[in-house]
Amino acid sequence: MSELNLEIDGRAVAVPPGATVMDAAVKLGIYVPHFCYHRKLSIAANCRMCLVEVERAPKPLPACATPATDGMKVRTNSAGAKSAQQGVMEFLLINHPLDCPICDQGGECQLQDLAVGYGKSASRFEEDKRVVPAKDIGPLVAAEEMSRCIQCTRCVRFGQEIAGVMELGMIHRGEHAEIVAFVGRTVDSELSGNMIDLCPVGALTSKPFRFAARTWELARRKSISPHCGLGSNLVVQVKQNRVKRVLPLENEAVNECWLSDKDRYSYEALESGERLTRPMLKDHGQWREVDWPQALERVAAELTKAAGSVGILATPHSTLEELYLAGRLAQALGGSADFRLRQSDFSGDAKRGGIPWLGMPVANLDGLDRVLVVGSFLRKDHPLLAQRLRQAAKRGCRVNVLHSVDDDWLMPIANRKIVPPSELLEALRGVNGTPIGESLRSGRNVAVLLGNFAQQHPQAAQLQAAAQALGYPIGFLGEAANSVGGYLAGLPVGGNAASALGHKALVLLNAEPELDCADPQTAGQALERAQFVVALGAFRPARDGADVLLPIAPFAETAGTFVSTEGRIQSFHPAVRPAGDARPAWKVLRVLGNLAGVAGFDYETLEQVREACLRGKDLAALLSNRIDLAASPAAPAPQGLQRIAEVPIHFADALVRRAPSLQKTRDAQPPRAWMNARLMQQLGVSAGQPVLIRQGSGEARLAAALDDRLPEGCVRVPAAHASTAGLGAMFGTLGVQAVAVGKAA
Amino acid sequence: MLSPESLRRIDREIAKYPAEHKQSAVMAALIVAQDEKGWLATETMDFVAQYLGMAPVAVYEVASFYNMYNLEPAGQYKLTVCTCLPCGLQGSLDAADHLKARLGVDFGETTADGRFTLKEGECMGACAMAPVVLVNNKKMHDYMSNAKLDALLDELRKR
Repeated sequence: MSELNLEIDGRAVAVPPGATVMDAAVKLGIYVPHFCYHRKLSIAANCRMCLVEVERAPKPLPACATPATDGMKVRTNSAGAKSAQQGVMEFLLINHPLDCPICDQGGECQLQDLAVGYGKSASRFEEDKRVVPAKDIGPLVAAEEMSRCIQCTRCVRFGQEIAGVMELGMIHRGEHAEIVAFVGRTVDSELSGNMIDLCPVGALTSKPFRFAARTWELARRKSISPHCGLGSNLVVQVKQNRVKRVLPLENEAVNECWLSDKDRYSYEALESGERLTRPMLKDHGQWREVDWPQALERVAAELTKAAGSVGILATPHSTLEELYLAGRLAQALGGSADFRLRQSDFSGDAKRGGIPWLGMPVANLDGLDRVLVVGSFLRKDHPLLAQRLRQAAKRGCRVNVLHSVDDDWLMPIANRKIVPPSELLEALRGVNGTPIGESLRSGRNVAVLLGNFAQQHPQAAQLQAAAQALGYPIGFLGEAANSVGGYLAGLPVGGNAASALGHKALVLLNAEPELDCADPQTAGQALERAQFVVALGAFRPARDGADVLLPIAPFAETAGTFVSTEGRIQSFHPAVRPAGDARPAWKVLRVLGNLAGVAGFDYETLEQVREACLRGKDLAALLSNRIDLAASPAAPAPQGLQRIAEVPIHFADALVRRAPSLQKTRDAQPPRAWMNARLMQQLGVSAGQPVLIRQGSGEARLAAALDDRLPEGCVRVPAAHASTAGLGAMFGTLGVQAVAVGKAA
Repeated sequence: MLSPESLRRIDREIAKYPAEHKQSAVMAALIVAQDEKGWLATETMDFVAQYLGMAPVAVYEVASFYNMYNLEPAGQYKLTVCTCLPCGLQGSLDAADHLKARLGVDFGETTADGRFTLKEGECMGACAMAPVVLVNNKKMHDYMSNAKLDALLDELRKR
């Protein structure tokens, strides 16, 4: 269809049919005042602030909800439009408390800004203002001053449309209308913080940030999220060398204008009481603080002594530069380095065509019309990638799931197949004869996406090969900020994450092995067996397995580069100085290399390290999800109950584990042992009852919980949590036993 | 939660809409639920939400928007008086005052014997016949002079 030609404030513009007057104004760069309109949300037209004059229309019309028509003549700032907008502003201010001096939104408030332009200096309203009671809707979003609400319903629509769950609603009507969560509920969405950004007034504010700073006192530094593989763009806001707040930096190709709560609130961990701020040595079982040269010399001496057998375990949340130096150090000293700590199958290492990645730009997820997601806790592992698929599903994309749990992804699922972990491979191989296969076959833009669970699976390489064999493009949902960057940095070196544990000296980079490794027991034994362990971390480790602790600067205190799951190379600068004596890890690794006499380790700047790492590498050519692997027969069914282990969203890395507000959320509740009703009956346990989980040499005591959608013979026991750190591999069998509840005899 | 008879009535309402729009039956379902329970407790709204595949807060929005839903237990007879402008001009405020005096309660209150709840209502589309009183959301009485109001109260008390 042809474009519509209209005129706004005397300027001609052409827009496609279906566009609104607001769209046309935006295209011309004309600002029409508004509160409820948001380009990512549906149109509500309930604030009426965007009233404009349209020729031949008898009354002012809301620009956001008025379709553009051919030949339309619109005036956004004529006397008529202005007086309509001023009238609306007067009504909006009638019940608004005007408590700007004590309001957190002051200085960054749309109502405040627009009141300057459209409000009067005095109110004609002499009656009593209404009062709306405060609400407690959870640890992240404060709804303490709901009298400020102007009922734009952006937060409600965000829940319905973006987060996929309507947790807030507007009850009552007219003067009594108010925003509430359902009686006594909280807002538990993993995207809830975005409601704060959307709220045009100070009704919804950030609980951790409340009263911490005024917006004009904050310096703004761009950064990149260190958590999931998406690489969300951040604005880190700083006052007096302290991170006060993190907001999204809009990037339509990556995080749009959203952030997950994990990205938004993990900064709180920077001020955790567990921060490691001085190098520490263990002498005869006693920890003492030392200065850097002493600590580094000791480490260099020990590593040189163990030359030929140095294992470096880095988390994939480490920067590209850190991983590159770690790899080179392992190479020079002789040993191995790897970043894939939760992976257990490395049989694909020599058979891969390149660096596993998303297989497409993130933005292309929007355009898929059929997708199969294999082995992924999608919503919690990749909150914003899930959001992309949710929008795709809304547009008609059919989302199919093959997994071992059936969690609610808050989007329509076309077909699901839920099987025990041991049957995942067979199920994927047999997908073609099933409704999932039919669904994929009927699509034009199809992808098979492998999630964290599939990548951590003991037959991960076979799963990749089986996915490839389906004949559709495949992609990996990268677990961490540098899951692609690790490969680009040249890792793994000299083995893999499992074999690295066998070395005499171990270097832990950001890693907490009992929480970050595929098998905490093996990792723990390796630490005990090793002659020397040095831990480079931002926090004091919970488990005392090291001989030397070196304080390094985490996210926001260091510069570096993350390569996102779509292969986007994003560098960032530090936002604040490191706490105490902490140093950027790349400098620590460089000095260790120098002290150990490694040749060519004289980098003076981070840029030189990055340059050396990326020199001659064409990332686009290196990315490939191809694998040349002969199909192996499926593993025999294991005897006993199978463990299904997820990494809970707020326990995935060292930072989020120590972010106090995130730890208060529902998502951070202690893990439970989930099982279906039949298994509960077999075991003679009921929901809520404590059970003893035994795996390998360890055990854990958890509360039993019912999830009837779990497959037969499986128990869902999350990993990466202190309460389950004593257990063995994330995949494997375990024993479950009811614990007698103490009864009076 | 609800009786088989109520569920049957709700299913009948759901059948009036396309399968993917069953939440369109929310108003009818709430009426059925209230007919059985007398009022809409949180658990009742939760149940309706689950039954219709809606967010609980969305059901709460509807239940709190309309006057005919009781979010608190009500008396045996709920008397709703329209006090909108046209009715007000026609004497509905006097009628409301008369009821308040006779019953000894204000709007939104229930008599001590649990028999009557007095509510302020919005337009019932019967301005010409004002004052109007709606009994239990179902039966409308019009031209309510004080004498007719007394007669109504007597009749309801006798039942």
